[in-house]
Order: sequence, then structure tokens, then C-alpha cells
Amino acid sequence: MVDRRDFLKLAALGATAGMATGTQAAPQPDPVETTARIVIIGAGAAGTALANRLVRRLDGAQITLIDPRRDHLYQPGLSLVATGLKPAGYVVSKTTDWLPDGVDLIPDRVAAVDPEAKTVATEGGEVLDYDWLVVAPGLVLDHDAIEGFSLDLVGRDGIGALYAGPDYAAKTWEAAGRFTEEGGVGIFTRPATEMKCAGAPLKHTFLIDDIAKRHGAAREVVYAAPQGSLFGVPIVAEKVRMLFEDRGIDTMMQSTLVAVEPGAKRATFRTETGLEERDYDYLHVIPPQRAPDFVVQSGLAWADKWVDQGWAEVDMHNLRHLRYPEIFALGDVAGVPKGKTAASVKWQVPVVEDHLVAAIEGKEGTGYYDGYTSCPLITRVGRAMLVEFDYHNNLTPSFPGVIAPLEELWISWLMKEVALKATYNAMLRGRA
Amino acid sequence: MKDMTFSTLIAVFEEIFGRGLFWAMVAVAAVVTLAYLYVLIRDRAVSWRKFLLAQLSMPVGAVAAVIFVQAVTHSGFEDIGGPIDVIVLLAVAVVGAIGMAILVYTAQSLLTGRRSAE
Ligand SMILES: Cc1cc2nc3c(=O)[nH]c(=O)nc-3n(C[C@H](O)[C@H](O)[C@H](O)COP(=O)(O)OP(=O)(O)OC[C@H]3O[C@@H](n4cnc5c(N)ncnc54)[C@H](O)[C@@H]3O)c2cc1C
Repeated sequence: MVDRRDFLKLAALGATAGMATGTQAAPQPDPVETTARIVIIGAGAAGTALANRLVRRLDGAQITLIDPRRDHLYQPGLSLVATGLKPAGYVVSKTTDWLPDGVDLIPDRVAAVDPEAKTVATEGGEVLDYDWLVVAPGLVLDHDAIEGFSLDLVGRDGIGALYAGPDYAAKTWEAAGRFTEEGGVGIFTRPATEMKCAGAPLKHTFLIDDIAKRHGAAREVVYAAPQGSLFGVPIVAEKVRMLFEDRGIDTMMQSTLVAVEPGAKRATFRTETGLEERDYDYLHVIPPQRAPDFVVQSGLAWADKWVDQGWAEVDMHNLRHLRYPEIFALGDVAGVPKGKTAASVKWQVPVVEDHLVAAIEGKEGTGYYDGYTSCPLITRVGRAMLVEFDYHNNLTPSFPGVIAPLEELWISWLMKEVALKATYNAMLRGRA
Repeated sequence: MKDMTFSTLIAVFEEIFGRGLFWAMVAVAAVVTLAYLYVLIRDRAVSWRKFLLAQLSMPVGAVAAVIFVQAVTHSGFEDIGGPIDVIVLLAVAVVGAIGMAILVYTAQSLLTGRRSAE
């Protein structure tokens, strides 16, 4: 009893910060009557959250989601699985658990969109007509881009790859856990492309270093990144630089992982001056990331930006496609300057809902997304920094003066551990 | 930050504990509070003897609460990083202490029956 009360209280504190804020203040207006056919590609964080909100706003709409994946993955939890703090099952639930009544789910993969004819074709051969289309298939991890690497190496020979899913995250901990006990050289990479949750490579570095330190393992920890700075937001990059210095973590900037020789435990990086080889005892691989092929092939991608990555060409403030006004792109696939995170999704979804419902009514929406994203940047087991920012690289702390954005705090860790998944789930249900 | 509403908070709690457990806990908290009010009204006075024991139990509640929270979240005192962390820690302890005191007081009153301890 006592314990539970405290738990509640604590959770309340955690839940009030970060991404735990909702948009349900105003009583919902009466549902809009419509017979519109809305197709949502992808029932991940973005597609599911939007579907749950649309069923409340629309009366009579025919909403269809298309997603081949049976399991829903709470991806922010992968960082905790890959450090042995949570079991693989912590991130897994069923896609259908989160979907509202009154929508259809087609368990198939989208192969193509024809934006002129307004149809979506699945790999199974089904063709759907739509009046409105929401493209939310997340992104693709391009593991093949790294020569010599394949997913069956994960967990063996000191190789980790926590992005690849819950089982691979658990296997990552098998390799990383060994490193935290035996020490040696640990190299932590990130790709040259845009990526989801740019804080995650840093979190893994900090956590594995911290756990190894607790075991007293002699180690050299190296953070290797293709970019010139440690984080996209300069003020955060500077803070991370100081933390790295404090922890004795080395950096290899402007270095892109291009090849792995698992037997020899050697990694090859492309640097400004050519190829550079480094021996490792633990190597964490985060591969290049791209939009799913159909986005590019269907002509939905930017032609002059991110040409190797294929993100959808949308207005960065309302996520509406710039050439096809009846299409929106939401979540990781959206070609906007910042924020491939669940926290961004949480802020994007109400904006798309607003513009979509307004458009159905023949009006103009007013919702405006300014790039908000957040990242509980874990700096060791027990502490994190709650970093929130927008398109302009401004910090946008939810509790200025209370939860300092660039301070390593216990409360920010508690939020990641206790409140974040709950908030994410509430978001999926369209309630946060 | 967008609007923070009571319904959002409820939704988050339901997700943390599961809907059933969350409302069961709310019910238990409500029952204990009602039982506490009931014994206060029934006895028409605070029994200082029972209150003494309840007070003595408070540090136990405080410590138990802090240890519970730390255990559940893989963290410890060394993770306190700023003023807000101290406030959270104290809040946890205070809630634990008060919760324990109310529980002990109410349990004594209910077990020993009407005014029996006076
Ligand atoms: C290790 C890691 C840590 C992270 N940490 C955080 C964090 O701390 N905070 C945070 O806010 N965010 C974090 N994120 C990011 C967050 O998980 C994603 O940004 C979020 O899930 C994006 O939602 P989405 O709906 O765009 O994509 P997803 O949730 O990935 O969903 C996409 C869905 O589309 C489906 N799909 C794909 N292709 C097709 C197709 N062709 N046809 C039909 N369906 C398709 C997929 O099966 C999937 O279900 C993290 C991510 C990772 C990997």
C-alpha cells in the first residue's frame, strides 16, 4: 500500500514532464460525418496513434491500416534491453492490441502507391482506393551497407546491433555484457544518414561504459561518428563533449563504419584521409537508415534533398505532401529537418489530425508543428538529461528551472524507466 | 509543451500499472482513507496512543518507500544530481511516511475496536 502510493506519486512527477503532455484539454468537437476512405500505411507509433484519434473525430469514415508486422515494438525500450536492464519482452506487444474498433487492418506490405490514380497496392496483390493517404511506414535499416556484417553475427565475436529489434537487442547485451566484464576496446558507431533517435548511440556508449566501470573493467571506449559534432544541437553537443571528457571516452569524428571483419575483430572506417582500420573487442553497429523503397519508387520522396535516403517530401510544419495535398507523411519517414523520435510523433499526430479533418470538411487546418522532439539522454545507469529541442536548435524545456535540460538528473532517468513507456502507450491510444 | 490534463495523467497511470491494477489501487487507497475517516468520526477524537505508534512507524514507511523506488528503477542515492532530485526523494519519503502512518493508525483502530485502547 505504502509502496504503491509512492510509486504513484513518483510516477506523477515523472509523467508530468517530457513527452507526457497531452492535447485533450478542450472537449472534443462533434464528430465530422464523412464517407471518406482513409488509408494509413504502417501501424507503428504514428499510424496507430493517428487511427485512434481519427475514429473519435470522424463519423462514417472508412479507415484502413496496412502493416505486415504482427508485433508492435516499443523501440525506445531497446536501449534498456541492450544493457540488460529489461528483458526482450519489455518492448513487444501485438499490433492489434492498440487498434480501435471500426478500423480495418490489412496484414500485408505496401508495394506501391499511385498518387495520381490514388491507389495503394500491396505485395499480396490487393489494390485499395483512397481519398486520403497517410504514409507512416517508419524507416528501413540498411545492414547490408556495411561490408562483412550480417545480423547473425550479433551477440557473437563482440558485435552488437540494438536497433535490429528485441531479440537482437538482447543478443547485443550478450556481447556488450561480456565487454563490461572483460574490458578491452569498445567502439560505438552511428551512421552518416539521418537516423531515428540520434541520442540512442550516445546512450548505449554511456551505459556500457558505466556498467564496465562498475565492474572495474580496464577499457578504451571510442565513439565513432561520420559527423563533425557529437549531436545535431550545438549546445547539447558541447555538453556531451564535456561528459565524454569527464568519462574518458575518446571520439573518432568524421569516421563512417564501412566494413567489419568479425573473425579478426577489425572494423574499417572511411575518414577524410582514406580508410582506417581499428581492432575492437566490442563493436556496436547502427546501420544507415532510409525510407522504404516504395516511397521513392512511387515518387513521394524529395528530389533534391536526402537523395540517397528517400524521405517523403512534406511541409515541415504540417506534414502534408508538397505535391499531393491528399497525402500526409508522418513519423520517421517524413522528410523534415529534425526529429525521428516517438516524441516527435506525439506532436506531429495532432497536427496531421487537425489538417486532415479540416480538409475533409473543406477547410484549412491551423495545427503547426515546429520540430519539437525530445530525448531522455541517459548518461549512466540512474541518471539522464532530458533534452528537448525544435527545428531552430532551441532548447524547449517543459519545466524550465525545475528540470534543467543539460543537467544529469535522477528524475530524468526515472522518467525514462517508469513514465516513458506509459506515455508512449497512452499516445498510441490517442490519449496523450 | 502542450496541455497537461487530468485525463492524460489518468491515461498514463493506467498504462503504468494496467487498467485493472491501477483502479484496484485507487480503490484500496480510497478504502483506507475512508476507514481512517470512519475511525476518526467513530471515535470522535484522535487517539494519541495509537497516533504515537503510527508516528513511530513513519520512518519505516519513508525508508521502505525510498528503497522500493530505487530498487524498481535500478538506481541509488549516488544518482541524485540536482535540487529536483532531492525534492523527489523527499516527496517519496514523505508520502511513504504518511501512507504508513495512516495505515498503522487505521489498522490499530479497526483491530482494537471502539475506544478500546484508551
Ligand atoms: C534504439 C531506439 C531507441 C529509441 N529511443 C527513443 C526515445 O528514447 N525517445 C523517442 O521519442 N523515440 C525513440 N526512438 C524512436 C521511435 O521509436 C521512432 O521514432 C518511432 O517508433 C517512429 O514511429 P513510426 O510510426 O514512424 O515508425 P514505426 O514505429 O517503426 O512503425 C512503422 C510501421 O510501419 C510498418 N511498415 C514498414 N514498411 C511497410 C510497408 N511497406 N507497408 C506497410 N507497413 C509497413 C512496420 O511494420 C511498422 O509497424 C528510438 C528508436 C530506436 C530504434
